[in-house]
Amino acid sequence: MAITREDVLHVAALARLEIPEGEVEGVREQLGAILEAVGKVSELDLADVEPTSHPLDLVNQWAEDEPRPSLPREEALANAPDPADGSFRVPAVGG
Amino acid sequence: MIDTLRLTAEDAAGLLERGEASGDELAGAYLDAIEARDPELHAYLHVVGEQGEGVPIAHKDVITTKGIPTTAGSKILLGYTPVFDSTVAARCKEAGLPILGKTNLDELAMGSSTENSAFGPTRNPWDPERVPGGSSGGSAAAVAGGLAPWALGTDTGGSVKQPASLCGVVGLRPTYGTVSRYGIVAFASSLDQVGPLTKTVRDNARLYEIIAGQDPCDSTTVELPEPVAIPEGEDLTGVRIGVPKEMNEAEGIDPGVSASVNAAIRLAEELGADVEETSLPRSVDYGLACYYLVAPAEASSNLARYDGVRYGHRAAVDGDLTALYARTRWEGFGAEPKRRILLGTYALSAGYYDAYYGQAQKVRTVIAREHAAAFERFDVLVSPTSPTVAFRIGEKAENPLAMYLSDLLTIPANMAGLPGLSIPCGLSDGLPVGLQLIGPQFSENALFRVGHALERALGFDFVPERLR
Repeated sequence: MAITREDVLHVAALARLEIPEGEVEGVREQLGAILEAVGKVSELDLADVEPTSHPLDLVNQWAEDEPRPSLPREEALANAPDPADGSFRVPAVGG
Repeated sequence: MIDTLRLTAEDAAGLLERGEASGDELAGAYLDAIEARDPELHAYLHVVGEQGEGVPIAHKDVITTKGIPTTAGSKILLGYTPVFDSTVAARCKEAGLPILGKTNLDELAMGSSTENSAFGPTRNPWDPERVPGGSSGGSAAAVAGGLAPWALGTDTGGSVKQPASLCGVVGLRPTYGTVSRYGIVAFASSLDQVGPLTKTVRDNARLYEIIAGQDPCDSTTVELPEPVAIPEGEDLTGVRIGVPKEMNEAEGIDPGVSASVNAAIRLAEELGADVEETSLPRSVDYGLACYYLVAPAEASSNLARYDGVRYGHRAAVDGDLTALYARTRWEGFGAEPKRRILLGTYALSAGYYDAYYGQAQKVRTVIAREHAAAFERFDVLVSPTSPTVAFRIGEKAENPLAMYLSDLLTIPANMAGLPGLSIPCGLSDGLPVGLQLIGPQFSENALFRVGHALERALGFDFVPERLR
């Protein structure tokens, strides 16, 4: 099944990637080729097979709920591109 | 005069113990070598040159190091200086290993040649016109080129084993869960593992011993069932070695690679191993497709953290928060991460999840079962690590699918969470060939034993011919 231009734009929006108009077709072609190759997984009939999400047979490992020191605020903000008033500044949301 | 090309990490530790060199002299010898050869090789993104009394080490630049820039080879992390240490960096620090520097890699560990680095490719010390493999190509080239006695890399689909193979060094991808991922820039969390790149198998076991073990900061880690055994013997009596025919006869394996690997297998037999052919029919046929669904799906989720808000690159944009995210991410990521984010998002999206991601997870079960069945009869499985020797820079850069085939033989074991060791087993056209040894989960000691015995018997000279 070929991937359409609309599919590419939809997925890009979900992934928060702004593809410049001139590059959409190139992305579509490359994704199409890769999807065709990986679509090979559908050749196998695996209706009765359980999926594997994790390679080790582990069940939840719980940590004790003990307070530990965390990063001081100024260190947590040390790499922020635009910190302000001890916070991360972002453009207006909603509005 | 310390010959860093020839010196193993054990040799280096010996010099320090006997007082024949100080920690500063030892690190100085590597820094001199870096100054002499790294302008050509570009194994390092950032040279640190810490002082210390132990054997110095290089870390792949996905390994978070407090106070030392960590870019993951990506412009999206340009200027980022971590405020904490990864567990592996902390363990190396506790063991007294000063950091020589941070090594180059394919951006965010996505690639097989180090050409995807946002900061330019690393070159193979055996032939600078060729790639060192990837994604841990900088670490492999640093060890092969005498620019570090040992180094850490990370392996998701083959990113330690394959560059080890292409650079003629030893690389271990440990059993999933044996080494902490805390502070490792995440790619695909059910696959990522940190592993050592070294000149010898014994060095590898020693570095693995330093980094392995349960970590409260990574709930997927476990205690090792037995202590790491530094290998000594050269006898393989009683070791049952399986040769999966699909992994040794796959289309695209160079004849020179096959010849080297077959000679190593015959040698194992002479050392006393019982060698027999076996089969992993669906692991090889479907492994690559399975990996290129599971890994991008996990990556698309992990890479959501790059938002231009908390750290890293931020686009100049007049618009709302969504516009800031979307522009920042398009600008900050290179072509391969963007390709994988889109692929992974597609595979996880409504309407396609079952056919792609869900089906790939079931294929993963099939691969794990095939390996488990093989390990009822064998202790170790062998194959080439990579179908080819080091390829030319630029040769596969424009064709992602051709590049992906470079990991055809490393991926199946990774999907099953199994450990794998690549050791150099010979040359083809003057370039190193890697032999991959795969074992059941937590069989690192067996891999070290077999790898060490073969290494001794093979007598491979790990110093690149043109540098001897």
